[in-house]
Order: sequence, then structure tokens, then C-alpha cells
Amino acid sequence: MSEKGKLALYWAASCGGCEIAVLGINEKILDVAAAFDIVLWPVAVDAKVRSIEKMPDKSIDLCLFNGAIRTSEQEYMARLLRQKSKVLVAFGSCAHEGCIPGLGNVTNREEIFQTAYHDTPSTVNPDGVRPQTETEVAEGTLYLPLFYDTVKTLDQCVEVEYYLPGCPPEPERIWDAIVAILENKLPPPGSVIGAETTVCDVCPRTRTEKKIKEFKRTWEIIPDPDICLLDQGLVCCGIATRSGCGALCPTVGSPCIGCYGPNEGVEDFGARMMTALASVIDSDDPEEIDRIIQEGIPDPIGTFYRFSLAHGQLRRRDLNGNGKSVEA
Amino acid sequence: MNTETFEPKIVGFLCNWCSYRAADLAGTARIKYQPNVRIIRVMCSGRVDPSFVLKALALGADGVMIAGCHPGECHYLEQNYKAMRRFQMLKHTLRSFGIEEDRVRLQWASAAEGVQLAEAINDMIEKVRALGPLNWSGKYAENGEVEAAIERLAEEHAEAMEVPA
Repeated sequence: MSEKGKLALYWAASCGGCEIAVLGINEKILDVAAAFDIVLWPVAVDAKVRSIEKMPDKSIDLCLFNGAIRTSEQEYMARLLRQKSKVLVAFGSCAHEGCIPGLGNVTNREEIFQTAYHDTPSTVNPDGVRPQTETEVAEGTLYLPLFYDTVKTLDQCVEVEYYLPGCPPEPERIWDAIVAILENKLPPPGSVIGAETTVCDVCPRTRTEKKIKEFKRTWEIIPDPDICLLDQGLVCCGIATRSGCGALCPTVGSPCIGCYGPNEGVEDFGARMMTALASVIDSDDPEEIDRIIQEGIPDPIGTFYRFSLAHGQLRRRDLNGNGKSVEA
Repeated sequence: MNTETFEPKIVGFLCNWCSYRAADLAGTARIKYQPNVRIIRVMCSGRVDPSFVLKALALGADGVMIAGCHPGECHYLEQNYKAMRRFQMLKHTLRSFGIEEDRVRLQWASAAEGVQLAEAINDMIEKVRALGPLNWSGKYAENGEVEAAIERLAEEHAEAMEVPA
């Protein structure tokens, strides 16, 4: 019997859903355990970071890294696992494009600390204590990781071989990827492991030529079960989103929110959505267009960059910029 | 940066059929405009994807101008209307990113409007000059604490997490 490979799984700024998704492959997890020694998996395996630090470089065959990079500790682990792994996979939307933690980029450390440690009604903090990177106590100095102003994706910190998109990745796609790795049938490094088509392509709804006079919020209408949701005025991100989920949300009447990330060849998910939505507006009058957009898209960052703000071309919001014109 | 010496970088996407010819006309007629604009010719203003504008801003431009044929005069019939809708969608989004409205401008200029285009370019440059540098990549650069914090973690692990033999 050939020697088993080594597998590491790690989580950074994430919700834990990716770990559940790994277990979603059900009994096939036993096949994974048969093929690999799991050297690190904080959620399931008792392994020490120190033992990873002591491993020779490139001795882990495969590392599935989920979560975005929000603190210095997470960046440290990203660099460590990069150094120790032959193949590093940005696993899930957070590692791939920042995902929901990346939406923290509309604000910064100061504002987040102010809210979390002072302003929320449930906070009791009479001494105004905040996390410090260094604290002197009688026993010596205590250290905490540095909290970043801007969330980063894994590939903004270290080189990444593959991306497995999704929030979380569907178990079938995870298994496909594991099989591809085991059989050494991988695409060229830098690729996203997944389909090269959009959610619309697998969506069962009937599409016609789109002409929208008004964008609608999900609570405003009960959508027709057979017609394209965007045709009905709902902002559905299926047009820009990579297929991989089987169009789960639109099939049951809920618009796609883009969790599978941009489709192949799309550099900026939000730009693709802006283009697509602008094209379906049925008006040539600048004032009417402006009204349709203002009323229909009250939160453009949350709508167009819900999963990809940290990986978009702009990466974050400028807190000092007011967005206004000079005269105003 | 000293704003007195700040020279804005403006990227101009000009359509082949009207606005680029307007710029050409401005040149042959020796109409002067400030040299801060870098012109890129595109076949139509409808070709300008919002990602072109975002990329320009992210890579160091202080402003972006999209120029095309007047509404109703598009060489491709109505693609400049698409450009207009996209521009308004983009403007709405850029506002929520905190980017000032005057940094991105949609300008109609026919092939005969060299003077008008030159005026629009000068006007935009002055507005962006007043706003100052955009320096977008500086907005997500963490300060120097990061490397020190990571270094400290490595040291701490070596000391405190050592497993006794």
C-alpha cells in the first residue's frame, strides 16, 4: 500500500459552514480519511499549530483553507500553511472572494470596535475596555492578534493554486474536487475548480427579453413559478454567478444572491451585475433611469458585492469620501 | 501630497465615431486642453464596461471620462443609451463606495464638437484637481503594524507553545 497523503483543513474569518459542507459529503469522508492523514483540522482533529510549524516545507499534500483574512493571526496561518503545503486551495467564498466577512470593508477597525465594545444596547463596558495587541499584566505581556481595517482574501496574502467557490461549496463539488486531486486530473494552477457557466444556464425558469420599469424587493411580490425572476423585476444575480449549486434559490422562487462567485472570465462581479441590470432597464430618459435605480437598488454594495467586496477591483469603501460632487 | 503640484490623471474612453473624432478635430484645429487626460479609443461608449472604470480608478487614475455620440446619434443605433444606463448604475454604486461624483463623467461629444470636448475635459480636470488625488490603493493598505504582529506570533509560538521533550 502506498503511503497516505497529508491533508490539512483550516478556517480563518468564516462562519464554520464550510466545515459542515465538508461533512456534507457524508460517508465519503471515510474515503478521504482512507486516502489522507488529516494533520490539521481545528473543528474535528486535535492537532497543534506547533507541530505544523515543525513539519518540513511542502510536506502537506493538500490544504483546504476556508475563511477570509481579518487578523494577523489568520495571515500568519495562511503563510504557514502556504509554506508547508504543496497544493493550497482557497475553499469557499470567504477565502476565494471575502464573502460576508469581506462586507466589513464598508467600515473599519475603529467603527467595528466602537459598535461592538461601546454602542450596542447589550454592551456593558463601563471602563471602555477594548482589545489591545499588547497588555501588561503582573505575569508579563499578553498579546492579541492585530485586527485589520480591511479584510483580505487568501490570494491577496499568499499564492493559491485553486479556488473552490460557494458559500458554502456544495458537497458534490467538494467531492468532485477531491477526486480530481486524488486522480491528479487538475486544471492549470490558478483555476477555479467548477463549472464554466452561469446559474441562469441551469435555471429551469423561462426567459424572455427583459424590460424592467421597476426593480422589486422579494417581499413585494409573489413571483410566478415558471418565469425568470429578473423578468419579474427581482434582482437575481444568476446572470453573473458561476453555476455549481444547480440553481437552488431561483428554483424555489428566491433570487440568486451570487454566493458561487463570478462566472469564468468575470473580473469584477459587481461590474457584471451593474452592466446586466442597466441593460434591462426599459427607459431612455435619464431622470426616469435614475429614479428606477435609486428606488430599486437602495444598497448597491450589498446587492452587487455581497460576496465579493474584498476581491472586487475597489476592495473597500472609502470612509473619508462622501460620494458628493464639488458643488454640493 | 502637496495639492499645488498635484496633476490629476484622467482616463478618457472615447468612442471611435464621434468623441475620438472630436478630440482629433481639437488637435487639428489647435484647440488647447490640459494634458492630464489619457485617451483610449473604444468602438462605442456602449463598449465601456463598468469594470474598465473601476480598474482605472483602482490602478491609479484620479478620474474617468466616458465620451460618446449624442443620444439618438449612435453609430450602432442605441448603444450610447446603454452606456447612459450603465453610467447611472455605476455612479449610484460609486457614491456608496465614497467616490466623489465628479471623478467619473459621461460626456456627449459629436465629431464636430472639438471645442465642447476640450472644454469638458478642462472642466473635469479642474474639478478633479480640486478634489485632490484619489490614491485608491492607499485606502486598503494596512499600516506597518502588520508585519510586526505576524513576526511576534512566530516568536511567541516558538517560546510558549514548545512541547516539552
